[in-house]
Amino acid sequence: MSDPVASLRQSSAAAQLDALTAEVAGLIVQALNLEVSPAEIAPDRPLYGEGLGLDSIDILEIALVVSKQYGVQLRADSEENGRIFGSLRQLVDYITAHRTK
Amino acid sequence: MVAYRAGAPILVPQFLNDVRALARSFPPCTHVLNGCADRYHFTVGLAAALLSGRVSLLPPSQAPQMLRQLAAFASDALWLTDESGSGNGLPCMTYPRGGPTGSAAQGASPPIEVPQIDEARPLAYVFTSGSTGSPLPYRKSFGRLIGCVREQARRLDLCDAVRWTILATVPPQHMYGLEASVLLPLANGHALCAERPFYPADIAAALERLPCPRALVSTPVHLRALLGSGVALPHVDLILCSTAPLSQQLAAEAERRFQTRLLEIYGSTETGQIAVRQPTRTAEWRLWPGVSLEPDGGSTWARGGHIEQPTHLQDVLEMTGADSFMLHGRVSDLVNIAGKRSSLGYLNHQLNSIPGVEDGAFFHPEEPHTTHTGVTRVAACVVAPSLDAERLLTALRERIDAVFLPRPLLFVRRLPRNSTGKLPLSSLRSLAAQAKPTSA
Repeated sequence: MSDPVASLRQSSAAAQLDALTAEVAGLIVQALNLEVSPAEIAPDRPLYGEGLGLDSIDILEIALVVSKQYGVQLRADSEENGRIFGSLRQLVDYITAHRTK
Repeated sequence: MVAYRAGAPILVPQFLNDVRALARSFPPCTHVLNGCADRYHFTVGLAAALLSGRVSLLPPSQAPQMLRQLAAFASDALWLTDESGSGNGLPCMTYPRGGPTGSAAQGASPPIEVPQIDEARPLAYVFTSGSTGSPLPYRKSFGRLIGCVREQARRLDLCDAVRWTILATVPPQHMYGLEASVLLPLANGHALCAERPFYPADIAAALERLPCPRALVSTPVHLRALLGSGVALPHVDLILCSTAPLSQQLAAEAERRFQTRLLEIYGSTETGQIAVRQPTRTAEWRLWPGVSLEPDGGSTWARGGHIEQPTHLQDVLEMTGADSFMLHGRVSDLVNIAGKRSSLGYLNHQLNSIPGVEDGAFFHPEEPHTTHTGVTRVAACVVAPSLDAERLLTALRERIDAVFLPRPLLFVRRLPRNSTGKLPLSSLRSLAAQAKPTSA
C-alpha cells in the first residue's frame, strides 16, 4: 500500500509544476507578443525553430524575463543548454532546479 | 598572441601552422564558403583561403536558400563548417577536430615566417540580400580592408604597444564582425576570442576570463540584455556597438555601469565601417579619411577612401562639416532586425516564390511591439487559400533568416493594390488592423 503522505506530497509538487508551466508559458507569450494563448503551447514541442518558431532573439528575450522573474541565469556553455529550450517542460524543469526566487 | 580560447592563449606559431595545414588540406576549389561559428576557426579558414589563392564567401545567413544562391554565385565553392550537419548539397569540409595541425602540435617549431599577401588580392565576397531575390556580391580586397582596420585602431586608441583582447557577440561573417572582431585584432597585434557568447551570463563569464585591457564588440540587443539581466558586470575597457540604432540612454547606461567608454560604428555591407562617434559626447559621426558622402534626395552616395565602389546608402544624412555628419533615419525598404539586414523587396520576392502563395507583402507594422531587447519585427499579409500558417512558415524558414518571419502573419482574401498595382503602406496597415492575426 502506498504512503498517503508521500503521494499527497507528490501530487502537490505536480500541481506546483503545472502552475509554474502555465506561468512560464504566460511569460513567454507576453514577452514575445505571440498570438497564441499560453495554454496552446504544447509542453513537449520544441520552442526553438520548427515547433513554436522562436529564434535566437526570442531566446535572449526569454532568458531576460526568466532571470528577472526567477533569478535564473541561463548559460550556453553548460551541458544542459541544448535541452533547456528543447521544450516548455524542459525550460520549466531547469527553472525549478535553479531558481533563486 | 593571436587569440584566446576559454581564457587560454593561442600563439602566432600555432596560428600560422594551423593556417598552412588547413590550406594544404583544401580540396580543389577556388572559393571557400566560411560558415565556421568559432571565431578562431573562422579566422584560420579565412587566412588559409587567402594564403592558398582562394577567395572566401561570407554567407549573410545560413538559410538553405541563401546557401543555394551562393553556390550558384561560385559553383565550386567549398562549405567550411565547424558544426555537424550537411553542406546543403555543397561539397563540405568540417574544420578538423583538434585543429588542422592536430592537438599535439608541439616540439620544435619552425621560425616564424609571416606570409606576404598582395594588397590587391580579394580576401572575401560579402553579400547583401538585394531586392530582386538574389544576393548581391561585394568584393573586398585585402589591402583596403587592412587599411580600414588600421585606421580603426587609430580612431579607437588601440594602436600603442598595449595588447588588447577583443570579445564579440556578433558573427564574424558580417562586415561589422569581420572588421571589428577578426581583422582589427589581426592587423594591429591584438587578440581575438574564439568564443561567441550568447546569454548575458556567458558574456560576463567570457569577459572575466580575459586579460585587460579588453574590449567588447556588440550590438544594442546584446547590450540591452546584458544590462537588464542582473548579472555582475565585469570591467571592460572599451565597448563597440553597431548594427542597429543605439539610444543615447542605453549608451549612457552602458558607459556608467561598465565604467567605460562606448563607441558606435556606422557602416554598411557595401562600404564597411565609415564613421564612428561616442554617442554620450556627440550626435555627430566622424568619417574615415578619404570617404565622402553626397546626399541625393532621400538617400546618400558614399565613395572614396577604402570604399571599393560608389555606394548608394539607404540612409538620410546631413553633412555638418567636411568629415562629419548627422544621421536622420533610414529609407523604409530596409529591414534591420537585431543587426540582420534584408529589404522588404527581398522578403516579398521570397514570399511570392512559395508555391501556393498568390500574392503577399511584408511591411513595417504601425505600432510595433517592442520587447525588452528593443527588437521590432516585420509583419506580412498573404493571399494563399491552399496553405495554412504552419506550412507557409515552414516554407519561409527555408528561404529567409528566422528573424524576418512575419509577426503577425495575416491571411487575407486579397491585397489592397491600387490601380497601378502598388500597395500603399497605409492600406496594408488598415487591412492588417481588420484582419484576424494568425500566430507566427
